[in-house]
Amino acid sequence: MSGLFDLAGWSQEISAFVSGILAWIADLLGGWIPWFYDVANWFRSDAVIEFWGFVIAVMIMLVFAVINLLVVLWMERKLYGRLQDRRGVMVPHPWKKIHKGTGFLQNLADGIKLVMKESITPRNADKSMFHAAPAIIFISSVMAYAAIPLSTTFVLADLELGLIFIVAMFALSPLAVLIAGWASGNKYTLIGGMRGAAQMLAYEIPLLLCIAGVAIMAGSLNPMEVVAAQQRTSVLGIENWYFIPQFIGFVVFMVAILAELEKLPFDIPEAESELVEGWLTEITDIRFGLIFMSKWMKGWAAAALVVLLFFGGWSGPFFPQEVWFMIKTYIVFAFFVWIAWILPRIRIDQILKIGWYELVPLSFATILIAVALKFLSHFGMGWF
Amino acid sequence: MTKLWINMGPQHPMTHGLWNLKILVDGETIVDAEPVLGYLHRGVEKLCERRTYNQIIPLADRLCYVSSLCFAHAYCLTVEEMMDLEIPERAKYLRVIALEMQRLTSHMTWLMAIGPDVGLITLLLYCLREREYFLDLLQLQTGARMNQNYPRIGGVAQDIPPNFEHKVNKIFEKFKVRVKDYHKVTNESSAFLKRMQGVGTLSVEDAIAYGVTGPNLRGSGAKRDMREHDPYEVYDELDWEIQVRDEGDSLARFHVRMGEMLESCKIIRQALKKMPDGPINVKAPLRPEGQSFRRTEDSRGEVSYYVVGNGGESPYRLKVRSPIFCTMNVLPKLLRGVNIADVLAIMGSIDVCIGETDK
Repeated sequence: MSGLFDLAGWSQEISAFVSGILAWIADLLGGWIPWFYDVANWFRSDAVIEFWGFVIAVMIMLVFAVINLLVVLWMERKLYGRLQDRRGVMVPHPWKKIHKGTGFLQNLADGIKLVMKESITPRNADKSMFHAAPAIIFISSVMAYAAIPLSTTFVLADLELGLIFIVAMFALSPLAVLIAGWASGNKYTLIGGMRGAAQMLAYEIPLLLCIAGVAIMAGSLNPMEVVAAQQRTSVLGIENWYFIPQFIGFVVFMVAILAELEKLPFDIPEAESELVEGWLTEITDIRFGLIFMSKWMKGWAAAALVVLLFFGGWSGPFFPQEVWFMIKTYIVFAFFVWIAWILPRIRIDQILKIGWYELVPLSFATILIAVALKFLSHFGMGWF
Repeated sequence: MTKLWINMGPQHPMTHGLWNLKILVDGETIVDAEPVLGYLHRGVEKLCERRTYNQIIPLADRLCYVSSLCFAHAYCLTVEEMMDLEIPERAKYLRVIALEMQRLTSHMTWLMAIGPDVGLITLLLYCLREREYFLDLLQLQTGARMNQNYPRIGGVAQDIPPNFEHKVNKIFEKFKVRVKDYHKVTNESSAFLKRMQGVGTLSVEDAIAYGVTGPNLRGSGAKRDMREHDPYEVYDELDWEIQVRDEGDSLARFHVRMGEMLESCKIIRQALKKMPDGPINVKAPLRPEGQSFRRTEDSRGEVSYYVVGNGGESPYRLKVRSPIFCTMNVLPKLLRGVNIADVLAIMGSIDVCIGETDK
């Protein structure tokens, strides 16, 4: 099925429509004041329509990101509630004080609560860096959404090196973790920040090597191309989703992306039982909220990355592409939640050992497998 | 690298209660540790000197809020010995049932607390779910969920309701199934084993030298249980086994407690079958004279009371030996050289209760 939502085209049309109205008003005004005709022409020019079309596209993506964040957060709460033999969030309702329901608005209520909290800057903190860190984290995780395609048409920036861009945005946040940990002027945050840096080094490398393995198979670093390659190289009518030929890479990628997200078995930078809240200890009010939001935004982006690389992106029968993509990402995200709430936190030295001794060699193996498969395909053997 | 003192407490997620663990870290490794107590000191021993013998029972309940019945019972046992009081057979069985039920709830609390310690909040909610069952049973028998004020000098406060045995059997059957769930998320998961295995190893010589008692001592390989070696009430008439592990690490202490929970179920079932009919209370003298010393097995270790009466309405002197206060001494030895994250696994397996530590 084709895409349901043509982001670029629709936003251009919206932009052209709004510019048309504005130009019409300017034309009317031109009857009194002649230079309004120039304004009307300016509104009609291609550059203006294109620019505002792009801004509208960004807005649509941002709205999607925020609504999706609410869904994902609510989903995690409900899922782990059920896992723990509870019902999860239920209560909040805008006007009825009822004690049943889905509790979907709980996240909004939490956000409003965090906005109303007092903003505290510790006396020992390096103030500019302390305030910059949450912004860096939030901006980097929102920017990752720019390069994630939901279908062949619903994409903001169709980059040649889209996968590299997404991973680069992921890699920015551990830097901010280190900054926040150092700048807070607190012992817990310092240890948390250092742990974040150590974890980043150990897990960025296998993550990138797994993506390299997939890129070798697909012959491109563009997510669109990767999905197209998975659809193209089908065996007996079944699409060749890369989690089968690249199974080792898939497993390594799942572990590394969990560490990248600081989800629970790997959330040692903010190990709440030993370091209070790790690098987040001193961060209060909506800055904490922004970091909290960006964690789940990155969570969905990571699920999307897994789907793009290993589960054939939006390909599937009957439903439109966007629907398939969302279904797959939510299933992968549910898997993340399941892992996070049933495993205890691993110790820092064990995490580094897993990263350096197990994941890095295995990810080299995935590249070897990818190259071997590619080599065989040149001689007409293998799938590709 | 420079060394750094870090306070874990008095307000810290690691502390179950109000105390402070100061650790000197070099990077992630702990060089030295120092437990600081005294935030919860109430002067219970001194308070006892101004209260009558019966007024001390609720005060002894408050020593440990998780296994309050054990402390109240140990006190009653000591005073009864001082008075040369023989309590009715049925009261002894009722006490054993209540004590073991309290041990079950206490161990459930420990298992619940070890979950968040190692980052497994799901375990906390599973355990809280089953702890409710045992608290319900305890409430049926004693009338309260915590601070029961159940034992009396010369017997117990009240008898069990008529359909108690049926309810106990039903809940224990359910519990046996649920224990498998705990094993699935704990010692059958390699991530949990990674955190617990080989962490905080305590040799049996050290454990005895530092005065460690209870499940922590049995986890180190010493087969020592006051219910067996200095029997009180009717423990010597019942058939049960001491849980011992030789490894001495956090996982061994974990297994000892998990085993003890099932043993407690066994004891309660037997006691309910064997329990004779009869009175549950005898009259106790108001102004006893003499002195006595008794030790019992609390859910955390050995509790002993020393009571001196001089013929007045209240004891002349009362001394409590609480197990975790003595176990705290071994902490610097256990924590030296381990990782920061291991503090949680070690403290969780030791099962700290500050109420009794800081009397």
